[in-house]
Amino acid sequence: MRFKALVLVTPKPGISDPEGTTIEDAAQHLGFSGVSRVTAGRAFLVECEAGGLAEAEAVVDSMGERLLSNPVIQEFSVLELEEI
Amino acid sequence: MTVGILVFPGTNCEFDVAEAYAEIGVATRLIGHGEPDLGELEAVVLPGGFAYGDYLRPGAIARFAPVMRSLVAFAEAGGPVLGICNGFQVLTEAHLLPGALQKNAGLSFICATAPVEVVGTRNVLTREFAPGDRFDLPINHFEGNFTADGETLKRLEGEGRIVLRYTDNPNGSALDIAGIANERGNVVGLMPHPERAGMGYGLTVPARMLLESLVA
Repeated sequence: MRFKALVLVTPKPGISDPEGTTIEDAAQHLGFSGVSRVTAGRAFLVECEAGGLAEAEAVVDSMGERLLSNPVIQEFSVLELEEI
Repeated sequence: MTVGILVFPGTNCEFDVAEAYAEIGVATRLIGHGEPDLGELEAVVLPGGFAYGDYLRPGAIARFAPVMRSLVAFAEAGGPVLGICNGFQVLTEAHLLPGALQKNAGLSFICATAPVEVVGTRNVLTREFAPGDRFDLPINHFEGNFTADGETLKRLEGEGRIVLRYTDNPNGSALDIAGIANERGNVVGLMPHPERAGMGYGLTVPARMLLESLVA
C-alpha cells in the first residue's frame, strides 16, 4: 500500500523565529489588518510504501523526529496521512 | 602528527584549514564523507562550508554520512575534534555538542571581523589562554545564532564550557556564545574561523595558538 503524508516542522514555542517575525512585520506594514502572529516553518510531502496505516504512521513519525526536525529547536506534526 | 579534515559534498573551507596547518608545520589529510575509517590521526577538523548544500538544516544530512560513525568513535575515545562554522552545525546535529544553530537574529548573512573573549579554558582549543583574553576572529555565516533550552545554557555556563563569547553579539546567540565544548573538553564547536585570521599575511598570534592547541 502507498501512503502520502504531510509533515509540518515549526520552531518550538519559546525558540526565536526571526523569519516568522520578519514576515509578521511585513504583513502588518502591508496592511493585512488583524494579522497578529506568523510562524515560519517547513512542510514536507512524504510518500512511502507500508503494510498498513499504523506502519506508515510509525515510519513518518520516526522520520519527523530523527531527520525532518531538530528536536532541540523544532517540533513537527503530521497534518495528513492517507493511502494513495 | 596528522590532522584529519572531513570533507562533505559542499564543504568549502578544507583548503583554508590545510593551509593554516601547513603554516604551523602540521601535516593534514583530507577525509571524504564516504570513508569508513579515519585512520591514525592526532585531531580532526570539520571545516566550514555548506555540507550537502545545507539542505533540510545545516548539518542535518552530513550527520548521517558514513564517516560520521568513525568520527563519533574518535570523539568518544577522547580524540580532539574541532568544528568550525558549518562544522559546528554538523557537531550539534550529530549530538556531539548540545544546542542548535539557527538563523541570525537580523536574518542577514554576516561576513565580518568579530571581537571575541575567552571564557572557559578546560578544552582542547583555549587551554593556552587565560579567561578574559580578547582578540578578533573572522565570522562568515547565516546560521550562527546559538540556541539551547535554559537548562542546557545554565550547564554550559556553570561548567565553564563556553569557549569563546562575542563581546559585541552579531547574530543573537544565547549568552553571546561563539563557541562551546563538550563535557570532556575534547570536542569544540566555533562559529568564527581561526584558520582565516590573517589569511595571506600569516596567521594572527591568537589564531595560531588556537589551532596549535588542538594538536598540543
